[in-house]
Amino acid sequence: MLTRRIIPCLDVKDGRVVKGVKFLNLRDAGDPVDVAEGYDREGADEITFLDITASHENRNIIIDVVYRTAERVFMPLTVGGGIRTLDDIRNLLKAGADKVSVNTAAVKDPEFVKRASERFGSQCIVVAIDAKKVESRESRVRSQEINSNLPLLKWEVFTHGGRNPTGIDAVEWAKKMEEYGAGEILLTSMDRDGTKEGYDIELTRSISEAVGIPVIASGGAGNLQHLYDGFVKGKADAVLAASIFHYREYTIKEAKEFLRDKGVNVRLTNY
Amino acid sequence: MIAIIDYRMGNLRSVQKGFEKVGHEAFVTGNPEDILAANGVVLPGVGAFKDCMSNLTEGKLIDPIHKVIKGGKPFLGICLGLQLLFTEGEEFGIHKGLDIIKGRVVRFPEPRTPNPEPLKVPHMGWNSINIRGQGVKGSRGLNPRTLEPSNPLFKDIPDNSYFYFVHSYYVVPEDDSIIASTTDYGVEFVSSISKDNLFAVQFHPEKSQEMGLKILKNFGDMCKT
Repeated sequence: MLTRRIIPCLDVKDGRVVKGVKFLNLRDAGDPVDVAEGYDREGADEITFLDITASHENRNIIIDVVYRTAERVFMPLTVGGGIRTLDDIRNLLKAGADKVSVNTAAVKDPEFVKRASERFGSQCIVVAIDAKKVESRESRVRSQEINSNLPLLKWEVFTHGGRNPTGIDAVEWAKKMEEYGAGEILLTSMDRDGTKEGYDIELTRSISEAVGIPVIASGGAGNLQHLYDGFVKGKADAVLAASIFHYREYTIKEAKEFLRDKGVNVRLTNY
Repeated sequence: MIAIIDYRMGNLRSVQKGFEKVGHEAFVTGNPEDILAANGVVLPGVGAFKDCMSNLTEGKLIDPIHKVIKGGKPFLGICLGLQLLFTEGEEFGIHKGLDIIKGRVVRFPEPRTPNPEPLKVPHMGWNSINIRGQGVKGSRGLNPRTLEPSNPLFKDIPDNSYFYFVHSYYVVPEDDSIIASTTDYGVEFVSSISKDNLFAVQFHPEKSQEMGLKILKNFGDMCKT
């Protein structure tokens, strides 16, 4: 049987792993290759690098990081952040990435996802969706940040790292992206991201049930029960977590043993 | 030296680095002469069946592949490199494959068919393989002297080991005797085949950590003998 996946995510800025809360108070946490290798040893199922490098000139640093990672780490590697063109994708895959995740570029031009999946195969195109509950949108309507005439949605898609609202319904968007050739959805709840209160289960389940491609739950994991809830209640195929693993609150192995004991099918390695 | 066939599809670097990690030299090449001169050949690949076939044709790589396999050199297909060996594939219409193995490449059933837990397609992630004959005394596939699996590709790999998969199609060979392992994903599908010097796996050994590297090592060892 196919096992459920646990995916640690590293924020990478100018070629270094950084840790912080909501991209604030960032501090250096080492070489991404070393950190990835550590997770590989622990038996992580995949690894994701999110490139948060601000300046465009330093974008190619991530290529070098991927290049070096592929020499030492033999598990699936996904890279996201700032991907805009087919050349960006080609360069990352050539350096040794297996999948790329696109967010803003997909919202700007959905056909980009179509072209990318036709060119490189659906299996390597992950569409990242940053979604926020509409309650928080309604409060923005009240404060006149956005137009109240937009149709009412349950969860709204955001771009640019959660800064820009789009007016797009997250569930509809996920279905559309599947149709356009996405091989997987990386779903982040902006309401929960950084809170350690657990994944947005309702959002995760709604999207997982709406599409026929795998869904990765992200945003809010604070303990191992949250991972369990993401799989069992949220019906996620994989869970992404950053801080609980970075700060050594739990090891990957502890997380998997916890899940296995509760009846979730996970892959435990002996080495 | 092991030649990894470059036909502009997918992540070839990880395959090369995987071989290096376990002490085997490998190089990425799209040159037919290099492929014919190598001690062993790997056909990797991700992407669409039709594009891969047309890239192989354009690169004049089809003839060398047939020659290497007929000539008895170790040959390893990975993922789409397994599927391309078959007669035909049904991805985006019916397309001819290399027709080295008789059989077809078919899609997993639609995920939304009524099912309490519908299965997602692509089949993506870690799944276990049931190695043919393993654990059953006297059954075909075991070396009669050692009762070890006789398939040298699976040397030191326990039955039910996990490997990383990502695919929406799987192979259906006409001849059951070439099945080296099967895997359960709603249907029990063929996850690897072997026939004399020809080996091919649906999963990605270069992405399957310890067990995957063992596969690359076993294949590399065959290329040296």
